[in-house]
Amino acid sequence: MSGAAEELAALGGGVRTASVRAVEAAEVRRRILVLILRIAVGIAFIWLWHHASGRWIDTLLISSPQAVGLRLWHWTLDGTLWTNLSITLEATAFGFIIGCGVGFSLGLLFGRFRLLAEVFDPYITAIYSIPKIALAPLFIIWFGIGIESKVAVSAAIVFFVIFLNTFSGVREVDPLYVNTTKIMGGGELSVLRHVIIPSAASWVITGLKVSVPYALVGTVIGEFMSSNSGIGYLISQATGLFNTASVYAGIIVLALVGAIINAGLRQIETRVLRWRGS
Amino acid sequence: MDDAGIAIRGVSKTYVGRGREVLALDRIDLTIEPGEFVAFVGPSGCGKSTLMNMIAGILPVSEGIILHHGRAVNGINRDVGYMTQRDAVLPWRTVEQNVALPLRFHGMPARQRRDHVASMLEQVGLSGFGHAYPAELSGGMRKRVALAQLLAYGPDTLLMDEPFGALDAQLKLLMQERLLRIWLERRQTVVFVTHDLAEAVTLANRVVVFSGRPGRIKAIEPIDLPPGRDVFRVRFLPAFEAAYTRLWDALAPEIRKGEAA
Repeated sequence: MSGAAEELAALGGGVRTASVRAVEAAEVRRRILVLILRIAVGIAFIWLWHHASGRWIDTLLISSPQAVGLRLWHWTLDGTLWTNLSITLEATAFGFIIGCGVGFSLGLLFGRFRLLAEVFDPYITAIYSIPKIALAPLFIIWFGIGIESKVAVSAAIVFFVIFLNTFSGVREVDPLYVNTTKIMGGGELSVLRHVIIPSAASWVITGLKVSVPYALVGTVIGEFMSSNSGIGYLISQATGLFNTASVYAGIIVLALVGAIINAGLRQIETRVLRWRGS
Repeated sequence: MDDAGIAIRGVSKTYVGRGREVLALDRIDLTIEPGEFVAFVGPSGCGKSTLMNMIAGILPVSEGIILHHGRAVNGINRDVGYMTQRDAVLPWRTVEQNVALPLRFHGMPARQRRDHVASMLEQVGLSGFGHAYPAELSGGMRKRVALAQLLAYGPDTLLMDEPFGALDAQLKLLMQERLLRIWLERRQTVVFVTHDLAEAVTLANRVVVFSGRPGRIKAIEPIDLPPGRDVFRVRFLPAFEAAYTRLWDALAPEIRKGEAA
């Protein structure tokens, strides 16, 4: 904690003076400025895209904002967007849940039992260094071209991120907290619940933030390889037909979904890790 | 001995590391009476904290036996309260939740717990901070949270390892006063590890001086000061000065040995 915060905590209270309001007003102005500039950059990019399309660069390569917008509009109207997006999201969500559940449980187990961790360490490192995407064809053989294989790809990717983060989180737990909690009368289960899991939580949440986009990537890659629905399927099919407007429309949808999920996770993070202070 | 006394019988501690065996504590014999306030002083590395951690059951003894409540300490000792220099209040729990945690472990019902926690926080002057997280408090306030927690479930034996070491001089005196008042009221058995001789003399009934490594008991000094002493003024009494001088004479050569080595 910084010295100023310590001072504030010790003092407590404080008064809302004119200078407090001035500082707050400056902060609000800054935020508005950032927002305006962000929007300006977005508009400039679209304008540049529009200007370059067909003039500097072949429309076949970069399509155009109008064509992409129109395609998204049609997809929304005829239900293509929602049908495919829901399948991609479903596979991502299942993969994420399975990967998290298994990764978290095994991370706790390995973190608590050193022998287990030492025995399996070289194998885990070996499997970890495989690009998980390379497993996608195998999963398609195992689970078919339906949703199951996409769930498997994203679960495999999420699993490792969560497993390794949970494992480190558990190993980093301050033994002082464990001992003190035990002396106060806490059993193994209480120590797990009140000390180890909360202490590992910040690691796990960092892992979650990294792994959600990966889960989405896993699903889409599964869909690229072989499927009959999903955003990845839309993109790969459009690529085959040199329909760049659809390719860009698909990519934009994925980018938006990724951004929304990330914003949600950030909300969860601030809530769960409130105790860390500012 | 069925009470809160502690009997340390022929206790040694050896550490094995980097291909060497080091004797940290050498055959310690000490009896701490129930309700007694004993301070351990000694040069750094003399094993005074090690001995305390063995009473708490965090470290196993290499040789000998420690009896607490007439039972041999074997594994974590859940009949003591434990407080160290480093904060052990859980940063992800609010002040209230921290103080309530041991009560929960001891099966106190929620409603009773709430009232009890509130009264404990009042005792340490932290009313109104129940919903704060430790990161929002100053170091001295966190110490008071730890104290409230310790008092809340009322162990009859307190093990304290330089609990006020990180505090500034004035705050330290205030905490000492608080602790002494609580001890006068409840008469727990207290083992208090410190490197501050003045603190030891101010608080304890008896001060145990340890020699440098390997730790042995070099001297035991009973402190002949009134139990209701005033921590701010006790240092000006002749008895304080006499005890301080005798303790320093026992301790100084040990510290010099450490310096020379």
